[in-house]
Order: sequence, then structure tokens, then C-alpha cells
Amino acid sequence: MPNMSPNKNPMPSQEPLVRAKNFFEVATGYSKETAIDEALRCLNCKNMPCVSGCPVKIHIPEFIAKIKEGEFEEAYQIISKSSSLPAVCGRVCPQESQCESKCVRGIKGEPVGIGRLERFVADWHNEHYNGEIQKPQSNGHKVAVIGSGPSGLTCAGDLAKKGYDVTVFEALHLAGGVLVYGIPEFRLPKKIVAKEVDTLKQLGVKVETNVVIGKTITVDELMNEMGFEAVFIGSGAGLPRFMNIPGESLKGVYSANEFLTRSNLMKAYNDDSHTPIMKGGKVAVVGGGNVAMDAARTALRLGADKVYIVYRRSMEELPARKEEVEHAIEEGIEFKLLNNPVKILGYNNPDDKRDMKNGCVIGMECVQMELGEPDEKGRRRPIEIEGSNFTIDLDTVIMAIGTSPNPLIKSTTEGLDVNNRGGIIVEEATGATTKQGVYAGGDAVTGAATVILAMGAGKTAAEAIDEYLSK
Amino acid sequence: MFEIVNKKELNPTVTMMDIKAPLVAKKAQAGQFIILRVDEDGERIPLTVAGYDRENGTVKIIFQIVGGTTERLNHKQQGDFIQDFVGPLGKETKVDGLKKVCIVGGGVGCAIALPVAQRLHELGCEVHSIIGFRSKDLLILEDEFKAASDKLTIMTDDGSYGEKGLVTEPLKQALENGEKYDEVITIGPLIMMKFVVATTKPFDQKTTVSMNPIMIDGTGMCGGCRLTVGGETKFACVDGPDFDGFLVDFDEAMARSVMYKDFERKEHEEACNLFKGVE
Ligand SMILES: Cc1cc2nc3c(=O)[nH]c(=O)nc-3n(C[C@H](O)[C@H](O)[C@H](O)COP(=O)(O)OP(=O)(O)OC[C@H]3O[C@@H](n4cnc5c(N)ncnc54)[C@H](O)[C@@H]3O)c2cc1C
Ligand code: FES
Repeated sequence: MPNMSPNKNPMPSQEPLVRAKNFFEVATGYSKETAIDEALRCLNCKNMPCVSGCPVKIHIPEFIAKIKEGEFEEAYQIISKSSSLPAVCGRVCPQESQCESKCVRGIKGEPVGIGRLERFVADWHNEHYNGEIQKPQSNGHKVAVIGSGPSGLTCAGDLAKKGYDVTVFEALHLAGGVLVYGIPEFRLPKKIVAKEVDTLKQLGVKVETNVVIGKTITVDELMNEMGFEAVFIGSGAGLPRFMNIPGESLKGVYSANEFLTRSNLMKAYNDDSHTPIMKGGKVAVVGGGNVAMDAARTALRLGADKVYIVYRRSMEELPARKEEVEHAIEEGIEFKLLNNPVKILGYNNPDDKRDMKNGCVIGMECVQMELGEPDEKGRRRPIEIEGSNFTIDLDTVIMAIGTSPNPLIKSTTEGLDVNNRGGIIVEEATGATTKQGVYAGGDAVTGAATVILAMGAGKTAAEAIDEYLSK
Repeated sequence: MFEIVNKKELNPTVTMMDIKAPLVAKKAQAGQFIILRVDEDGERIPLTVAGYDRENGTVKIIFQIVGGTTERLNHKQQGDFIQDFVGPLGKETKVDGLKKVCIVGGGVGCAIALPVAQRLHELGCEVHSIIGFRSKDLLILEDEFKAASDKLTIMTDDGSYGEKGLVTEPLKQALENGEKYDEVITIGPLIMMKFVVATTKPFDQKTTVSMNPIMIDGTGMCGGCRLTVGGETKFACVDGPDFDGFLVDFDEAMARSVMYKDFERKEHEEACNLFKGVE
């Protein structure tokens, strides 16, 4: 008998006021019983609308059917046919606009908690499965993967399973891409990412950190001198944008990338970390995506007294995952919607040039906005309301208004074409770039997007590379 | 892990190390930098490449002990390893076509200026060097500079060696006497570079400065290293570290460079105490 409750089983979570002061994971995950109960809400529709909403077409009703029967490892095996990172995607995918948006149960209530079930299955596997990982028989072909984010890790894993000799080159000192430097611990524990990397190593993948492709080694050297027959570029979209308004270089203005990297990768949230970060006081985060939510909630956990999200459109247009917005509101973050910064204000003591406070942020001038006609994408365009300027008192401003692909690899690789936004041009079905033997995927191609799309692109490219090298 | 194959104290506060890093050594050019982490959980700090040996695969770094991280680094000995070492980063100093150059270095900045002077000297460029230190016991690399320069002027703040005064004084004198350089290249504390630029500007003497702001990744990912140059935001790690001195907003760069001063002071004290305990 299906469970006809109109609501999802709630996700067990830390209390808002408790979690706002620690970096432990917010959502603690379904129990076995809750997972089975939630799985029973799935009607196992014949036409599987949910699958059409999944960018990598996970066989959703099938894996949920296994949960109903308590066969969690089998459920995991079904997911892993289509996804390499279920423990990650179950936590960070925007399910409300993907699989769950198509769920029939969502018409008269809440959709089935597909993301929560995916996470449960992956966590169960990680905890209970202890089958050995077999290092596959080598086929003698060498492939290089640039970047160790979701696209690179997936491409490397799929190729390694086919017997390729894969080396991942990562610029930072730790593998994982945005999963380790961007997305905070309280949303994605780093031990999950570490486990994925570890699995790759057991499959025989070599991970070379501290190598910046384009500087330490070029793509051409990889192919011509080091014997790599194919290269996958999964270098992400790490270049932060600024607004180009006055005051953006004051002390206390960060890009979200810098703020999150200091806290996550460099562990500045730890009292004994050797990396400094501005803590406390009043913080404004400019932007409305996942990055903005992560920065705001990190600032709160670092000890800010007050945190604002400043976004130029309204609640409806906020691009962040719904759950993150809800969590942020519960934790006490204040949303200043339909507002746009025009200027960041700094302290200046004209009598004492050596005053350490000189050049520190003291506030931000904003202007109110209203929504006008929809633009090409159908999003209503924000327009300034003249004369509505006002000032907020602040100590820190974090810019989370987007990132674009880094030009480093493009500028050092002959014959690799990019589009006008800096994204590497690829053939969609294969990930092949304009340079023979070189493939690309993830944010490096699309600009900042999602983990699941990056993962999917890594899979596509791995297949294409296999085909290319098997010829 | 990267091995320290050689360590030498140049003066009580400045240390030189050769680090085994063959990939970096193969590519490094004068003017570029590396980023290192001394140990797990350490901070990432940029240091300019002070030399390289492509054959032996080593990269030379010279650093002043100014904070917790450099204190920890200085505590490592020959044969020890450091956790991470990545590079070469940034753009190399442009030396093509230069016929006559004045290098102005201050303090540990001289270590960074030296490979540029050597490279220019190798290319047959006439090199005038002006190097300044607080006092005689802080003087470094005198012989090396002598070998790489057609003319060398040494300045000390207290007059304990060379001439007494600031590096800007002989520079100004030279320009007043009608010296014309293809370029003045200056590397040192921000305040010194600011004054070098103030000295050369009235003569419209082209001046290149080497900026070394706070960095994390060194690849253009964080924007922490940003500077305002000619009214535009530039990332020192990828667009620099060399910039046209007339265009750099030094006051802003100076304010940003002391952003974490309190934290750094605390770190330094902690590191000192830690090592006191060990010894
Ligand atoms: C704070 C934050 C929160 C996010 N939240 C979500 C979310 O909730 N849900 C979601 O689906 N998506 C989210 N995203 C987006 C998602 O993380 C990215 O779309 C995804 O990580 C892209 O994967 P990728 O493999 O293309 O690149 P990345 O994860 O960006 O990895 C690229 C890697 O390549 C390395 N690299 C770059 N250049 C070089 C070079 N020249 N040489 C060697 N290595 C190089 C980088 O250091 C990096 O490690 C978030 C992003 C951020 C920043
Ligand atoms: S150091 Fe991060 S962008 Fe330059």
C-alpha cells in the first residue's frame, strides 16, 4: 500500500539556533524506517516523469522500489549506473527544479523526497558496503584530467574503470574543486568528498595536486612530451566577478570565493588555523544564488552579529536551492530584496593617516529596485527607483554575483576555442573541443552551473574519450 | 612534499632556501612567484622566485621572517620537507629590448630584484642597481649584485655601510644629471616603491613596480590579490606581479596589505613561543 500522506517526511536537522553557531552538517539524514516510509509515497508511475527531470536520467522509481524492500545496496547500484556522486548530489542538487518538480505527488501535496532518498542510499552504502575495489586491468592508454571538481572526478573514475591510466592535475593543494573550497562543511561534509577521491585512487587514478595547467605544464606538453593521448578539461568557472562600484577594494570586501576558500579550504573557522578571516560584526552578502547563501551562513557561523542578503530581484527569482533559502531564513539571516548596491563606504580619519581603521568598510549605499518587463529569458528585469537610496551599516561585504571560466588554459593552449563568455566550445554529445584529443565539461564549458551537470559532462566525455582511443 | 636541499641564513632575519621542485624549476622565469604551504593546515603564502637551477630541479626562495608562516618555514632545516609548492605563477618580468635599466631594490625585495638584474645583465643590458637596507647587518647579496651590475650603489638608513640615506636619493640625482633609462624596475616595501614612483614621475621616467599583495590561490580564483591599476581592478597573481608604477593605487594597496595585521602579530608570537618551547 502506498503511503498517501501529502507531505514529505521531514528531514531531521539541527535546531536553527544551535547550528547557526557550528559547522556540523545541518541536515542529519533519514533513518532506515523514515526512508522506507518516504519510499512508500512513490506511486511507481509507468511513464516516470521524475526521470525526465533528472539531468543524468537516474532510474528513480526503480531505486525507490528497492528502498521499499529494504534492499539499500541494490538501490545504490541502480543509482550508480547513472551517477558517480550520489552522496554529493543527494545533498546539493536543486531537486525542486529537477526530478521532484515533475513528481505526480507534487500536484496535490509535496513531491516524493527523491533527493533525501538518494542521500540516504548513498550514505547507507558508504557506511555498510565493504566490498573491495578491484583495480581494473590496464589497457595501456594514458589520459590526463585537469581539475578535480565533480566533472574531473567523474571522468577520471569512469575512465579508470575501463582500464585507462588516468592522472588528475589539480592547481590547489587538495582535490575536490568547488566541493572542497566552495560548498561549506555544514552542507557537504568534506569526508564525503575525501572518500570519493580515495575511491579513485584505489581504482589506480593518480592525483597530482599543486600543478597549474597552463603554468606548471601546458596542455600541449601533456600531449606531446608526457605521452597523454587524450585530455579532459574540467577546470570549472573560478574567476570571480565584481560589481565595479566604488569602494570594492576596501578592507573587508571579499569575493565569495575568497571568503569561502579561507573558511572551507583553509579552515579559517578553526581557531588554530593559520589563515585569517574577518569575523563578527555586520555582514552583507550581495547575490541570491547558492554561493550567496553559503557565504551568508558561513559568516553567521564565524560569529557575525547580523547577516544580510542583498539581492536586486524578489524572493521568487532567488536562484538558490529552496532548502538553503529556508535554512538561511530560519537561522536569522535577513533578506534585503529588491535592493542593489551602488557604493561601498569606507572609514577615513583625515587627522591620522596611520589609523588602522582607515580604508575599512563601514557601510554600503543601496538603491531600491522594482521589477519591470521580462527579459529574453523571461526573468523580470530589475529597475532602479530613483531617489530611493539608503545606507546600511556594515563591517564586511561579500560579493557573490557570479564567476566565469578562468582564461589561463585557453590562453596557453593552441587551437582551443572559447565563446564570448569564456566557456570552452564543445560538441554537446561528446564534449570534444576544437582541439583534437582534448575534451571538456562542467563549469569550464557552461559557466557556473550545477554539480550534477558537471558530473554528467564528465561521464559523457569519458565515453567519448574511450571511443576515440579505442579506434 | 618538497625537499629543502639547501638552507642559508643571509642575515638574522632573511633566509635563503633551495627547494626541490623540478616542474617549477623547468619553467620559472625572473619576476614570477610560487605559493607554498609549510605544513598541513598551514597558510598559503606567495614568494618570488629568487633563482632556479633547471638541471638540478631546484628553485631558490629568499624570505624575511615577518610572521607565523615565515617563522615556521625558517624553522625547517636542510633535508626537511615542506607540504606544498606550486608555480611558477604570474607573468615574467619583461626584459626584451631593454638596453639600459635602473634596478631599485629595498630590503628583502633585493632578493627578488636580483634575478631580474642577472637576466638583464646576461642579455647585455646596462644595469645600474641601487639597493637599500636599514643597516649593514641586514645587507644581503652584495657580491651577486656587484656581478650583475655595471654600477652599484648601496644605501643604508643609518649610514653603517655604503651611503647614508634612502634609495630615492641617488635615483633622483641620476635623473637630475640627465640619466635616461629604458625602465626603472623597483621591488621592495610598498612605501619605498611609492616614493620611487614619486621620484621618477616628474622626469616621466617609465617605472615598473613588482606587487606582492595577500594571495591565496595565485590562479585568479579568489580576487584577494586585487589592486586598482589605472582605475581598473587587476589581479596581481595573473595580471602581474609587474605593473606600470604610475598607474598603481599605492594607498589602497598599503591599506589592504595590513588587513590582517593583528592576526599576523598574534600568529607570529605564537610561532615564536612554540619554538621557544621546543628548543
Ligand atoms: C559556494 C558554491 C555553492 C554551490 N552550491 C551548489 C549546489 O548547492 N548545488 C549544485 O548543484 N551546485 C552548486 N554549486 C555549483 C557547483 O559546485 C559547480 O557547478 C561544480 O562544482 C562544477 O564542477 P566542475 O567540475 O566543472 O568544476 P569545479 O568544481 O569548479 O572544479 C574545477 C577544479 O579545477 C581546478 N583548476 C582550475 N584551473 C586549473 C588549472 N589551470 N590547472 C589545474 N587545475 C585547475 C580548480 O582548482 C578546481 O579544483 C556551487 C558552487 C559554489 C561556488
Ligand atoms: S591570489 Fe587569488 S586571485 Fe590572485
